Amino acid sequence: MTTSGAAHIAGVYEHPLRSIPDKTVPQIHAEVAIGALADAGLTMADVDAYYSAGDAPGFGALSMIDYLGLDVHHVDDTETGGSSYLVHVRHAAQAIAAGHIDVALITLAGNPRSGGSGPGGSARFADAPEASFENFFGMGIISGYAMAARRHMYEFGTTSADLAEIKVAASTHAQHNPDAFLRDVVTVDQVLESRLISDPLHLLDACVVTDGGGALVVVSEDVARQLDRHTIPVLGGGEAIKGTRAGRVDLTHTAAVVSGPAAFAEAGVTPADIDYASIYDSFTITVLVTLEDLGFCEKGKGGEFVRDGALQAPFGRLPFNTDGGGLCNNHPANRGGMTKVIEAVRQLRGEAHPAVQVPDCELALAHGTGGSMATRLGSATLILGREARR
Amino acid sequence: MTDTTPTTDGAGPLPTGEPWVTHETKPYWDATAEGRLDLPCCTVCDLVIWYPRAICPDCHTSEVEWRTMSGRGTVHSFTITRAGVSRKWREHLPIVVAYVQLEEGPIVLTNIVDVDPATVAIDMAVTAVFHDTGHGNAILRFTATGS
Ligand SMILES: [Zn+2]
Repeated sequence: MTTSGAAHIAGVYEHPLRSIPDKTVPQIHAEVAIGALADAGLTMADVDAYYSAGDAPGFGALSMIDYLGLDVHHVDDTETGGSSYLVHVRHAAQAIAAGHIDVALITLAGNPRSGGSGPGGSARFADAPEASFENFFGMGIISGYAMAARRHMYEFGTTSADLAEIKVAASTHAQHNPDAFLRDVVTVDQVLESRLISDPLHLLDACVVTDGGGALVVVSEDVARQLDRHTIPVLGGGEAIKGTRAGRVDLTHTAAVVSGPAAFAEAGVTPADIDYASIYDSFTITVLVTLEDLGFCEKGKGGEFVRDGALQAPFGRLPFNTDGGGLCNNHPANRGGMTKVIEAVRQLRGEAHPAVQVPDCELALAHGTGGSMATRLGSATLILGREARR
Repeated sequence: MTDTTPTTDGAGPLPTGEPWVTHETKPYWDATAEGRLDLPCCTVCDLVIWYPRAICPDCHTSEVEWRTMSGRGTVHSFTITRAGVSRKWREHLPIVVAYVQLEEGPIVLTNIVDVDPATVAIDMAVTAVFHDTGHGNAILRFTATGS
């Protein structure tokens, strides 16, 4: 069964604030849910399926469905870190294609900037089978990605200046986003001169830490037809998990090597057809490796690919993260997958900032990465279209 | 890059902690108390299994036996971490976090200790050292071979 085109993203909402000290996490979930439903022209009463991930407090979806006052007959709490929300879109598309649901609501919220705990918290991982073999080495999130960057440099000759190009492109876009956490345009030199946090990654190779959230509404074609809003068909999707493989650690690939081809095959398109790409950017290295793994360039050529403003909208070879991405705009709840989908929808609707709107944007890709490139991660890819295939 | 700050001098040995010892992993932790790196190995497909577990993740047999590793390896990748760690690690910064490939195959997460971080490089030869946790076992770390 193909799900291609059966489901549409009808509503999206990104919380406009980056610091929200005066609201609870459930409250932010509710605000973004109401925002996305309003964008679609729907209400809570229309929702028949709810999706949440590890950022949903308490008992996850059970707690949130009760808090939000939803009445659903389909629930999915899939947790693959920052990629969860793209997985949710794919699962919703599959449930819609199977005729089980009509209106799916997906929410994300968190307040790490204001001191809120990270999704799940450390308690969540204390009983993981790997915990006692990975937790005694002072490895922060950035250390793992730094080891991936170092190995990529060793194997392929990638440089810190190549990685910096990615931050430069993101900052060039963020200057046009009034909600972005960082709006100053930076140069390659400024990235290289910023403080080394974990060699070879600098402060400006890392994403921002922000409060906030976002929500998506995915609907069946029947519902989409009845809405006034420009709905965005989900043409293809893929998801995959990669781990440490019993000690055969591979630092230079993500599971995008599986999720990408699956999504392209389902949509019947190739990387060359993509007009705009939202690429998960927890760190600059995440983007570079993902571009290779998705097939935008050969393995090891990511450094070359991102040079010369290739990622800069509107006229680069592959405009990316035109909202400023996680590197500059927003990384709500330390999870960037939700905002990747939201900006791809803005581009396809022609509602990105005029300075970064890709002309005639017909086909977009959104990609999420969750967990750590150094240990275990989830990759999820979506191909989204501008026009329904009817 | 030049950085001549020693990795552990001054602040004493790197922090340890109390490992969660289970029925599956007890032989591993018991061996560390004696300065040995023992790993489960599959008797059917010969996989040396990291991290330790009771069932082979390749062929899914329970026929695994514990074998003693050489303790020798090479640096697969590393980073000199200078920030972004929890409180108990802060006084030890900078630290070298690394993946070391054991002579027997598996690539394990660890620290490189008692070396000048500026001298650490991919492919560098390293040897296992064991840092007492105070709980009847030890944490596996590595230092430059011959140091
Ligand atoms: Zn086996």
